[in-house]
Amino acid sequence: MRLSQITDKELSQRLGNKGLVVGTGPFTFRLFSEHSHVRESIHRLYAHYPVYDSDAFAQYTVRLQHGPGLRRWVRKQVRFGYEGQFPFEPLPFTHAYPQLEWAMNWCISTQAHQYLIFHAATVERDGKAVIMPAPSGSGKSTLCAALIHRGWRLMSDELALISMGDHTVVPLVRPVSLKNSSISIIQSYVPEAVMSSITLDTVKGSVAHMKVPDAHVMNMSTPSTPTWIIFPKYAAGTAPQLERVSKAQTLVELARNSFNYALHGKTGFNVLARMLEKCDCYSFEYSHLDDAIAAFDNLATPSGMVTP
Amino acid sequence: MNDLLSKIWLKETNPLLLTLQDWELLLSQAGRGALLARLFQHLSDSGWMSQVPPVVAEQLAGPCVFAARHQTEVVDEVERIRRAAAQCTGTIILLKGAAYLVAGLPPSRGRVFSDIDLMVRRDEIPMVESALLGAGWISKERDSYNQRYYRQWMHEVPPLVHIIRASAIDLHHTITPPTSRFAVNADRLYEQLAPTRFDNVFTLGPADMVLHSAVHLFQEGEFGHGLRDLLDLKDLLQFFEQQKDFWPKLLVRASELGLQIPLSHALFHIERLFKVSPPRELAQQVRQLGSSASSRHIMAWLLSLALRPDHPSCDTRWTNLARWLLYMRSHALRMPVHLMVPHLVRKAWMRHFQKKPAH
Repeated sequence: MRLSQITDKELSQRLGNKGLVVGTGPFTFRLFSEHSHVRESIHRLYAHYPVYDSDAFAQYTVRLQHGPGLRRWVRKQVRFGYEGQFPFEPLPFTHAYPQLEWAMNWCISTQAHQYLIFHAATVERDGKAVIMPAPSGSGKSTLCAALIHRGWRLMSDELALISMGDHTVVPLVRPVSLKNSSISIIQSYVPEAVMSSITLDTVKGSVAHMKVPDAHVMNMSTPSTPTWIIFPKYAAGTAPQLERVSKAQTLVELARNSFNYALHGKTGFNVLARMLEKCDCYSFEYSHLDDAIAAFDNLATPSGMVTP
Repeated sequence: MNDLLSKIWLKETNPLLLTLQDWELLLSQAGRGALLARLFQHLSDSGWMSQVPPVVAEQLAGPCVFAARHQTEVVDEVERIRRAAAQCTGTIILLKGAAYLVAGLPPSRGRVFSDIDLMVRRDEIPMVESALLGAGWISKERDSYNQRYYRQWMHEVPPLVHIIRASAIDLHHTITPPTSRFAVNADRLYEQLAPTRFDNVFTLGPADMVLHSAVHLFQEGEFGHGLRDLLDLKDLLQFFEQQKDFWPKLLVRASELGLQIPLSHALFHIERLFKVSPPRELAQQVRQLGSSASSRHIMAWLLSLALRPDHPSCDTRWTNLARWLLYMRSHALRMPVHLMVPHLVRKAWMRHFQKKPAH
């Protein structure tokens, strides 16, 4: 059953009662929240995700709870509870929905060590994946949001999951997080994009989450082969520039952008090295999304003008 | 109230009969006690792993990667500690988790722990502490009352945390507080040390290791890891009982160190929960170890509540009272009343009015 098939009342009951069990990529979450705007955002952004009965198995249980003590009523707060612990400081009540998304990411990045996990956006075409590791602020989510509305399929926006066995990218199709000016950039570049309401003044500035196209959600159990590693960088006023980066340097950069590379020790190195043997690695500077999309399309289906 | 975790360990429940909902509860109970990798080991050892649902096997894989890395790091830290302290002591004794790991004992399998517990002679403590400081382990305790409390009354100095790698060391000079009803003369422990593969690094002898584990479990005020500690004890007993005369030696040693009562409580619960018991011919001696029957029954009731996994699904209306009574009792055992009352009042005050982690 898809989430859009349950009524708002039913959704509210599940979120309050035994938990809303929802599947995203390889993970099933059990979510609890009494916040109406969390419910609205889930309804809007997760409409096509599979929901399961409350007695289904969920890997991670995420509870959005009220703040401690008086903060339940006065200057209300929201707190992420996980297995009796509170991993983060409480946040203002209005930050509940981004908090939910961050909490879900936290569960994966701190526990799903059956994967090698990178802080990277990943998109796919014809079974071939582009992995874009980048620090916050480099524009990777903006680029990712644009690409997935122009022929590329979303694998992940924040966490790239690499299977330790066959080195494929496992999709973790979740709403794309957009910050500050990228919210309006994407709103005008992709007018049909569905967004959550904007949360102001978070630690990351203004945040909105963008709904993933339905077809990508339907396809979220199809893995893909890492083929390109691209380090994107938005630089105003520059012509698009795709430059090769050595595999050795790429390995070091990827390791730096990993949540659990060190945890895997030598196995982690071997998996990463073998994955990179079959990848082309680039850095990419751009200032217009159209240029970026053309460059990515050209990689996927080279047409005459082959980039170096 | 559904303590699946103990049932699985006792093999009272066949995991192959669990529903997926049961599995989710079981993994949650194990997760709160840091027992996920250990659960994997238990399921593998019992030949069940190939038959658990794939989604559960997948869920256990991550914690196993974590536990394996954790163990590698602890062994590396032990070597760093040895090098740092080599100048000031010839005898570093590893206790608990680090000891099981370095000695390759069964409880180390899949076990994760937060602190590396060390013991050196009391007069070596200042030198060793400053050598460890030189190597990057600093005392995180900023409160002068707590500093003084540790140094004056406890069997350890305040925890040391590495400034870069964040590894934590608990540096002891004996295994129980000197003010405790079960104070142990550290000199006696040096009689039966076992060497390890590291120069100058030892573990306690088998009987002492078991007794330390028992006294630790029943003198601790906080039972978050109660079940894990009981599993340690069970694994140690099952391993050491293969040695000739282990059980009689253990009983003799308990009376030499004055630890009969903690051992008696520990054996009672190990038998109750895991059906591991001393040989029948020693039954009479084991009975004589203990405290009075009434205190055994009260303790058994309190502990049977408090040793359940720390999970809402396992709590009863009495759980919090039991944990509180045991917390009070742990302090009563650690120090005489004229020390305990001011200390607990002060701790309550600090907890209430200062934002500092209580220990």
